[in-house]
Amino acid sequence: MDLFFTMLVPLTIGTIAVYAAFHRVDVYSALVQGAASGLETLVRIVPALIGLLTAVYMLRASGALELLARLLAPVMDRLGLPSELLPLMLVRPISGSAALGVGAELISTYGPDSQLGRMAAVMLGSTETTFYTIAVYFGAVGISKTRYAVPAALCADLTGFLAAAWAVRLCFAP
Amino acid sequence: MLTMTIIWTGMVVLSILCGLVLGRGPEVAAAAAAGAAAGVELALSIAGMLCLWTGVMEVMRQSGLSEKLSRLLAPILRRLFPQAARDRATMDAISANVSANLLGLGSAATPLGLQAARRLAAKSPGVASDCLCMLVVCNTASIQLIPTTVATVRAAQGCAAPFDILPAVWLASVLSVGVGILACKLFARIWRG
Repeated sequence: MDLFFTMLVPLTIGTIAVYAAFHRVDVYSALVQGAASGLETLVRIVPALIGLLTAVYMLRASGALELLARLLAPVMDRLGLPSELLPLMLVRPISGSAALGVGAELISTYGPDSQLGRMAAVMLGSTETTFYTIAVYFGAVGISKTRYAVPAALCADLTGFLAAAWAVRLCFAP
Repeated sequence: MLTMTIIWTGMVVLSILCGLVLGRGPEVAAAAAAGAAAGVELALSIAGMLCLWTGVMEVMRQSGLSEKLSRLLAPILRRLFPQAARDRATMDAISANVSANLLGLGSAATPLGLQAARRLAAKSPGVASDCLCMLVVCNTASIQLIPTTVATVRAAQGCAAPFDILPAVWLASVLSVGVGILACKLFARIWRG
């Protein structure tokens, strides 16, 4: 099973390439063309990553995060959420690149194979930039009465955070 | 985005105040420089995998695999969007949006989703219909099958099996989306106004 998940990526890429080649797609040109669009995405998020990581590093060095985490620790403990993940949960619904910066920082501080690093990764992988998405959708179609969209989306987010911590404990024995 | 302005400025001001009060001024100053450098390092460390994946996604799109997936989803989606099920163009846009989300094609998913949202909004101007709420909530919950960006970050930090979190991600995603859908269906019955 471990080998399967390790080989999942190359197998997926290989299968797609063979399928596409049989359907007469110029696989290599398509790959390069798509990679170029990835580079555009990257260029777009670099400035945000620089700005966000500067603020996150400063906040961490100042001791403010420890204070806030200590304040909220009892509530989070009861929910089974390590207080180290608080900054990630706070920025996740607002900005994707900010969450990526904060999450990458957690993964590098605690290690990608630590429980905390895994929880941060699963949180990033199983939630979305909720407020940004809501603003884009309702803004684009000119709707101001959003009814229950926001509370329903926040229910999903909170479930995602709790489930991420729970699923990591379930899948990986500490 | 104004929200980020408030958050970012707040973070910087708070760290300066906190740093001075707790006597960690010099650390805060050093952290500002280190953080900016870390932003560039992070971007560089994920660049390769990110571009590789957007390349593979483009191959899937051109070979028609993405379209096949979207056809596969149609029966499920008709149940989630009962009021729109008869409108072929709306359902096509919704299934294309959902399958792009499954594949992690965020930049393709948004225009498709907006196209569906515009058609849904035209039927109830100014007020979000049940279908539109469902569409937005489905887009605020992550349903990406292979979370490549996160795996890329893990790989960059020296993780030998960056995709070993997949079962946990799927579990958390399914629970989160499931609760979102249930919340929509429930609120649709009890919400006033």
